[in-house]
Amino acid sequence: MRSLPANHVTDELLAAYAAGTLSEAESLIVATHSAFCPICRDAIAAFEAVGASLLDEIEPEALSAGSLESVMAKLDDLEDLPDNVVRHPSAKTAAAGSDQGFVLPEPLRSYVGGDLNDVVWRPVIRGLEEAELSVSGPEFNVRLIRVAAGAAMPQHSHHGSEYTLLLTGAYRDSSGRYARGDFQMADGDVDHQPTAEPGEPCVCLIVTDAPIKLTGPVGRLLNPFIRY
Amino acid sequence: MTQEPVAREPKRQDPLTPPELVALVHEIAERRCKESFQELFGFFAPRVKAYLMRLGSDMHQAEELVQEAMIMVWRKAASFDPAQAAVSTWVFTIARNKRIDAIRREKRPEIDLEDPALVPQPEALADGIVEQQQHARRLKDAISRLSAEQAELIKMAYFADKAHGAIAEETGLPLGTVKSRLRLALGHLRKELKEESL
Ligand SMILES: [Zn+2]
Ligand SMILES: [Zn+2]
Repeated sequence: MRSLPANHVTDELLAAYAAGTLSEAESLIVATHSAFCPICRDAIAAFEAVGASLLDEIEPEALSAGSLESVMAKLDDLEDLPDNVVRHPSAKTAAAGSDQGFVLPEPLRSYVGGDLNDVVWRPVIRGLEEAELSVSGPEFNVRLIRVAAGAAMPQHSHHGSEYTLLLTGAYRDSSGRYARGDFQMADGDVDHQPTAEPGEPCVCLIVTDAPIKLTGPVGRLLNPFIRY
Repeated sequence: MTQEPVAREPKRQDPLTPPELVALVHEIAERRCKESFQELFGFFAPRVKAYLMRLGSDMHQAEELVQEAMIMVWRKAASFDPAQAAVSTWVFTIARNKRIDAIRREKRPEIDLEDPALVPQPEALADGIVEQQQHARRLKDAISRLSAEQAELIKMAYFADKAHGAIAEETGLPLGTVKSRLRLALGHLRKELKEESL
């Protein structure tokens, strides 16, 4: 049985996802963590209910004359659209039970255009490869990284926010251990060196809004060569 | 002739109760009942329009999106599952997604509940229909018990499409304060919901 993640998305991000105000990049990592995490799915549902509750309190805005009539007139034409299909709850359970062996859950799988074996890796430094993902909005960099088993990322701090979602393997840094499905948020207050555990390579989805700042003795020399 | 708008003056209706809303959606799903749809429209459309305008849509766009959202309610009525959410929450998510589609022209990466790779809910965590329909009421109480500042921050987070930095600027509060107050308020609401569903 797959265990639940131990490190979760923050309430602010979950609420912003529920409110629909997160960027595409942030939504991608929040939604993908949530595919691993019924606890965060629950929280999102709760924060959606908060939105609904605020909607209830809002001062209503009158619709223009004829609005209802124009909608009513359209309803009859819609009968045959496939959207009327009922989704049976049983289909959901059946799907969840049949493990087809995907490593990447949706929505990440669609962004990658396949599963983990379809990723085309680009070497960065020894033991570290990356694959950039295309996400709209200039303010975020979204990529997968693969750290070889037992290898360490360069020691670094952050010029902005860094969100990490662990997809396979596990890593440790000064704050603890992260395994499949775990979410870590780091910023300028965090200086760390995530190190993959031996055994299997560690693959993460990483979203950053600013470059990282290499802080180790060797890393400082590498700064010009590493773009994030 | 006076300048007063014809009919349809915005007036607060008695809010429909969650079970009444569920009954209306069922009528639409099972009998394609237009009277039920009209009632649902009368209740939600003016609220959804106000919501969209708070988030920056102009009159024209808000009107268009409300219509699209309500048509979606009609089309998707059969897929509404009262064990998953209250009707108001369901309508909120439809309106929210319509707005993202229209305004941002961005994709919204969504959790796919049918994905075989999804880690399923342990049985113990699953909520029932009754709980879902009670959430709305309890949540409203919880929000009303927040401090005025916290309630205002929550509203800004949902109705202003603003990054926390912009909220800080507008309120004149330091960014750290905005973040910690919001975190506190959200944590409080979440805890409230968790305790009641135990
Ligand atoms: Zn989680
Ligand atoms: Zn980092």
